[in-house]
Amino acid sequence: MMEQNMEPTCPIPMQQYPHILLAHGGGGKLSHQLLEQIVIPTFNNATLNVRHDAASLVIKGQSLAFTTDSYVVHPLFFPGGDIGSLAVNGTVNDLAMVGARPLYLSVALILEEGLPIETLWRVVQSMQWAAQNAKVQIVTGDTKVVDRGRGDGIFINTTGVGIIEHTQTIAPQQVQPGDVIIVNGDLGRHGMAIMAVREGLEFETTIESDSAPLADLVLQLLAADIEIHCLRDLTRGGLASALNEIAQVAGVDIAIAESQIPVQEDVQGACEILGLDPLYVANEGRFVTFVPSKDAERTLEIMRSHNSLSLTCQPCIIGFVKRTGSGLVTMQSRIGPQRIVDMLSGEQLPRIC
Amino acid sequence: MKFVNEYRDADAVQHYARAIAQITTRPWTIMEICGGQTHTIVKFGLDQLLPPAITLIHGPGCPVCVTPVEVIDQAIAIASLPNVILCSFGDMLRVPGSETDLLTVKAIGGDIRIVYSPLDVLRIAQAHPTQSVVFFAVGFETTAPATAMLVHQAQQQGRMNVSLLVAHVLVPPAIEAILSSPHNQVQGFLAAGHVCTVMGYSDYLPIAQKYQVPIIVTGFEPLDILQGIYLCIQQLEAGRSQVENQYTRSVRPSGSAEAQRLIHDVFAIAPREWRGMGTIPDSGLILRDAYAAFDATQRFNMPIHHAVESAECISGWILQGVKKPYDCDAFGTRCTPEHPLGAPMVSSEGACAAYYRYRQSRERVYE
Repeated sequence: MMEQNMEPTCPIPMQQYPHILLAHGGGGKLSHQLLEQIVIPTFNNATLNVRHDAASLVIKGQSLAFTTDSYVVHPLFFPGGDIGSLAVNGTVNDLAMVGARPLYLSVALILEEGLPIETLWRVVQSMQWAAQNAKVQIVTGDTKVVDRGRGDGIFINTTGVGIIEHTQTIAPQQVQPGDVIIVNGDLGRHGMAIMAVREGLEFETTIESDSAPLADLVLQLLAADIEIHCLRDLTRGGLASALNEIAQVAGVDIAIAESQIPVQEDVQGACEILGLDPLYVANEGRFVTFVPSKDAERTLEIMRSHNSLSLTCQPCIIGFVKRTGSGLVTMQSRIGPQRIVDMLSGEQLPRIC
Repeated sequence: MKFVNEYRDADAVQHYARAIAQITTRPWTIMEICGGQTHTIVKFGLDQLLPPAITLIHGPGCPVCVTPVEVIDQAIAIASLPNVILCSFGDMLRVPGSETDLLTVKAIGGDIRIVYSPLDVLRIAQAHPTQSVVFFAVGFETTAPATAMLVHQAQQQGRMNVSLLVAHVLVPPAIEAILSSPHNQVQGFLAAGHVCTVMGYSDYLPIAQKYQVPIIVTGFEPLDILQGIYLCIQQLEAGRSQVENQYTRSVRPSGSAEAQRLIHDVFAIAPREWRGMGTIPDSGLILRDAYAAFDATQRFNMPIHHAVESAECISGWILQGVKKPYDCDAFGTRCTPEHPLGAPMVSSEGACAAYYRYRQSRERVYE
């Protein structure tokens, strides 16, 4: 028999999960672990190891950007968008994050047996509209059908190719102490729009996704000779995870200020009710830009005048790169003191009370 | 945002912090009971605004943290059965049982659903009449009325495919357990405002008198907590030990009679084991005999198995406020939110997770 343990204790830990959890796809630390422990070491090559949203390739002297992404959103239609427009904008944005001009997309549709043709029709129409809006063409594709119960209506994969016409190196490794960090609009709307529909939560106002193509705006910044050190779209894992990833890869410490981070009141309210933090909520039309302070004001001006920005989504300086360091992200809270902003750990799970 | 921003106003916060410093002449140790309060303190860095003479220690008011591992093992065993849907609040899913956690059970095929309200369980039970729908009922007096309402409505509707694994706990007996411990360092309490919204605060009057400690019923926003600390220090400095209500916008002295009636109708009071604190008399709720048909442990014949514990985690000391998360060798190294050694590292209300998320080490953030 075991001797009665006199000290209050806890159970034996789970050190490694032997199965894939949903959290492995959440964009936080578990996703990061999958990439760092399984994917990147296996495929190990210089292009992949840059760890950017899109691969930058040079083929016969021409710089190209190449990326892919899969879309598994439920519900398929939500306020502010649908899986079709999301699948176009998301891949366009990954190309934009290396400063590329997106040109062509492929689309692979995985359809579940029993899906109404009407639904597919709406999704495909939405993709075409989004492609026109983002100035890309969908030029190749594939369709597969799986048994009922083995899919969630529609899964979409899009792969994108763009051309890199600038000569800057836009990558996390370029981030330097003193860089100013700018976000192009308010945070958290996509994630909360999806969650509100998925969980049947009713708020006074309908929260709309921020899904939008970003390439035009990035190309305008480049055309104005803004010295861009790094760009990152704030999808899964939100602002907090993006800043942590960049800080770690760049080997810098980042400081942000809570009072400067734009969050609309309806999103803030929904987050308060559910015990979620908007810093970790996904966006589909928001990105951070790292620029030297000399270019910060002009960056803001270009973002402000960019026609896709509505009045409620104003760009803001949210912080700066403090110094070379170990990859720490800190935030000055609204009332003064500093705290750490860590990478999302697992899924954001709603609190009990 | 209205009704939130007012309570996070930087000027008002600084004003209260200065007022607290002005009235503090000696070292005092105060415990905030509720994990929601701990979260606010660490998230906003409120403790950094207080004079060094004041020590805040973080109480056992995180329902995820105090649910014993044996009960989590029961939930895992039930969720692993065929034809069962286990419904739980979100943050219970990551708490490790003795061998696995509910997230893993879900990943290998268990039907586990996150609910926001116990009444969601009725809807799920209605939609799946041939399946057994089990609610993992965790929480303090705050969530107990909604659980009671679930039982009440399930019985009224004859929804016999609903059952409950009940692990509700009560706050006042835990405060008494802390105060009567030989390790106790706590000189004043911030009681949990939402618990008192339901229960009122008459149960705290004899505790304040018997142990000569001030107890301040306190809310959850930065200004609430600073005002609660101010009232507590004021009493301590004056040698008083009374129950005071800071959270008047929510708490009435006698609480909500209707909610209390529901709890009383459905639940009886029983001794309950708290993770890290042992068994505390009269600190848990169990289903009354009239509702025994809804007891999942009986329906699935789930005996309690004593779980093997690792000696590394000091969560017991942390939940009793004797030690801080920094005092644990495993903190931030072998124990992180991805791989928690103990429950306080799991829930965002847990003291260790709050420290890890917002601090990581004693010195690092203050540069």
